[in-house]
Amino acid sequence: MAIDLTITIAGEGGEGVISSGDFLMQAATRAGMEVVTFKSFPSEIKGGYALSQLRISDEKILSQGDGFNILVAFNGEAYSINKPLLTPGTVLVWDGPHGDFEPEAIPGVTMYNVPMTHISKQELKNPIAKNMVAMGSVAGLFGVPMDSLKASVAAKFKRKGQEVIDFNYAALQAGYDYVKQNHKKTDPFTFPPARPAKDVITLEGNQAIALGAVVAGCRFYPVYPITPATSVGNYLSELILKVNGFVYQTEDEIAAIAAAIGASYVGIKSFTATSGPGVSLMTELLGLAAMAEIPLVIVDVQRGGPSTGMPTKHEQSDLFITAHGGHGDVPKIVLAAADVEECFYLTIEAFNLAEKYQIPVFLLSDASLSLRVEAIKRPDIKSIRIVNRDAARSAVDPKEFMRYKNTPSGISTMGVPGVPGSAYAATGLEHSEDCGPRTSAETKTNMTEKRWRKLDRIEEETSPIEREGDADADVGIISWGLTQTMVREAVVRLRKKGHKVAALYPKVLWPVPVRQIEAFAASVKTVLVPEANVQGQFAELIRSKTSVVPVKQTLYRGEPFLPKEIEAKVEELINANAAVPA
Amino acid sequence: MTTAVTTAAGAVKLKPKEYRSAIEPTWCPGCGDYAVTAAICNALSANGVDPDNAVIVSGIGCSSRLPLWMRTFGFHSAHGRAIPVAVGMKVSRPELTIAVTIGDGDAFAIGGNHIPNAARRNIDMTLIVMDNGVYGLTKNQNSPTSREGLPGSLMPFGNIDAPINVLAFLLTYGATFVAQAFAGNPKQTGEIIGRAMTHKGFSYVNVLSPCPTFNKVDTFEYYRPRVQDIPADHDTGDLLKAIGIAEHALDHQKNPEGKVPIGLLYQTQKPVFAEKVDALKTKYKGTDTPDWEKILDGYKGH
Ligand SMILES: Cc1ncc(C[n+]2csc(CCOP(=O)(O)OP(=O)(O)O)c2C)c(N)n1
Ligand code: SF4
Ligand SMILES: [Mg+2]
Repeated sequence: MAIDLTITIAGEGGEGVISSGDFLMQAATRAGMEVVTFKSFPSEIKGGYALSQLRISDEKILSQGDGFNILVAFNGEAYSINKPLLTPGTVLVWDGPHGDFEPEAIPGVTMYNVPMTHISKQELKNPIAKNMVAMGSVAGLFGVPMDSLKASVAAKFKRKGQEVIDFNYAALQAGYDYVKQNHKKTDPFTFPPARPAKDVITLEGNQAIALGAVVAGCRFYPVYPITPATSVGNYLSELILKVNGFVYQTEDEIAAIAAAIGASYVGIKSFTATSGPGVSLMTELLGLAAMAEIPLVIVDVQRGGPSTGMPTKHEQSDLFITAHGGHGDVPKIVLAAADVEECFYLTIEAFNLAEKYQIPVFLLSDASLSLRVEAIKRPDIKSIRIVNRDAARSAVDPKEFMRYKNTPSGISTMGVPGVPGSAYAATGLEHSEDCGPRTSAETKTNMTEKRWRKLDRIEEETSPIEREGDADADVGIISWGLTQTMVREAVVRLRKKGHKVAALYPKVLWPVPVRQIEAFAASVKTVLVPEANVQGQFAELIRSKTSVVPVKQTLYRGEPFLPKEIEAKVEELINANAAVPA
Repeated sequence: MTTAVTTAAGAVKLKPKEYRSAIEPTWCPGCGDYAVTAAICNALSANGVDPDNAVIVSGIGCSSRLPLWMRTFGFHSAHGRAIPVAVGMKVSRPELTIAVTIGDGDAFAIGGNHIPNAARRNIDMTLIVMDNGVYGLTKNQNSPTSREGLPGSLMPFGNIDAPINVLAFLLTYGATFVAQAFAGNPKQTGEIIGRAMTHKGFSYVNVLSPCPTFNKVDTFEYYRPRVQDIPADHDTGDLLKAIGIAEHALDHQKNPEGKVPIGLLYQTQKPVFAEKVDALKTKYKGTDTPDWEKILDGYKGH
């Protein structure tokens, strides 16, 4: 990568830290760069430590990276939290004098002061301008084009009128002028010069899910709000109206999943999104959807749990509940997205699988991915495969029609209200092929097997799983969700160092893709599964379903892995293996 | 089975019994729910409802088995969840006829959170509760509509709780049609249900439907001398008067002279949910053939 620049803006929630990051992100996209963002903030509306980070490159970015090149510290807390990362070669832009702290000199670290608080309060008479002053100074120091920042400001405040826009322009200019008059640039970092913008669209993780759902044909979204899933609905509420669909706010998550099931029963593709506490409630009706064989998609934007836990923080701890949740034997599928592009395409895949197999399908995302912004290649909508259920489309003979016909694939034709002759009563009771409630041993056995046969073909249908790295690696990494992006970066670095490393990137976690995991494990000496939960949930599923005994690397601090942590773990395993004579 | 003949107006001509499926009810002999089934068939027939465009949704309970006996579409769903399942159907396909048929426990205990939210939104569907004042399927526990003193398996000494006043409940939460019927009079019950189904908006019919097996107090014999038609001159558009009737609807449980009001308490016209959704779709120029390139352009950044 010729350009690989990471800027972190940190301060107090409500000070415009997050929007500053968004402005820089837009400027970088406009410059034709690849961008990956990472945001972190507390669940309070105002206050608490907030961080917005963006990594900019001229090539595909694998992960959010390990640290930053430039830190913009809005206050003393932001400075002290990030002080350990101020290593030689990095730059600190800090609020002062007249801020709440004074950094001490660190050898090799370039420091520029900008009196952000002072300028906004004393000169501009409005403390709200602080982040604009900071952005202006960043533009002045690192060459972010001012017209690009101004365009973002204008777009954001369009509805508030020219006066507000002009005020923000003035704040940007004040920060810009300050650094031009007071500092001589001594660091090597400059914002990349503008290149022709690529044919990309820029999406946040949850926005990609919303768009993917609509492309998949979803026309009904019943939902109960919960962080960090709420914004899926925010992004959908107007979009779905444009395609004659509707976002319906329910009274709780049980009603949301019930309404999704009802809509799906009448032939309308629908889904809902939630997070941990909502998944617990929705678990109530997973069995109904499986028993009545209703296509159902649920997005779980995972957060720190259990209970209310850490609503805005990263964790990958809902794999067990989504794979195993529900009383009785509930066949279902669990997918996990690693980046924003996958949030889009796997949402469509989730609908396709639900439609085809008439079962519940979970798509896992997480708090970090929900907010991550990426520019993705503009999708070619016409070439996207959309699967629609096997359903009666024109009049059928009611004497022949059997809703739960026990077919070799386990899939049977659904009746649809409005299609003459296809009327049937779905029921959560065990039933015969023509819906009659039954308790006979034969029916229970046959119908259970019918429902579970659907899972037999999932691994084939969703193959092959991407494998990267050496054919005969010392360590093979299996990961899921966002962690895959850090693994990719670690693998590149490790192989550059000459280590023999491979990685497998499954998207379908349940049913566990047994055949391919066995094959991968056979090609490497040690299997490592890094994941952000304390139990090593995917490692445990692999252990229970395959002959593989993976090494677990677990992390549960509310922040995603850093690539270097996975790198270090792999090197530790390689060294340990080398120390033991074969 | 009969395939419905659709008339020019979209209505069909089927006899009441043609709305029944081949499955025979499994209720106890003497259960009030038989009469409710007959009443619903009468109502569907009288209204010319096309069974291929109607869904009857239920929860779990003796009464909730009802959709299984019907030739319409049906969904025997989960305990307490019939209403949100039905809401999902109606909001996503407003042209369908949707009725919910559940028990008093299903409606007011486990599913109690759902009625207020469907009622206040005036979702155009009919909720029929078969109120037997008891949990039948789980064999005799008190329900939210059980009268004080009624023995149940968890309160063999008699219910220590007061019942909720379901008619007042529905009126308070904004149902736009509230009526009570008695399964001992299937013809009248069919007429009331028929009116409820033609009502545009959220309609509620509380059917007093005795469970002779477990509720030995609120029986057909008990109700017969006590039911009393709401006077013809009652102003059904007057909410306060309707609440006045509801207020005394349970007097009979304490006062031997008390009467059980039967008929329509309240009916009003308000915009139904689907109309508001339609207006929004129009405002946003909703289309079934979206211009995807234009939609994608919206994500190009500023
Ligand atoms: C989640 C759940 N909890 C409990 C039950 C057991 N259960 C089945 S029906 C019922 C109550 C039925 O009472 P009601 O709704 O009044 O119907 P009825 O049988 O009287 O017609 C209960 C508690 C269940 N099926 N599901
Ligand atoms: S137990 Fe009661 S409610 Fe249930 S079928 Fe028998 S009589 Fe009807
Ligand atoms: Mg009951």
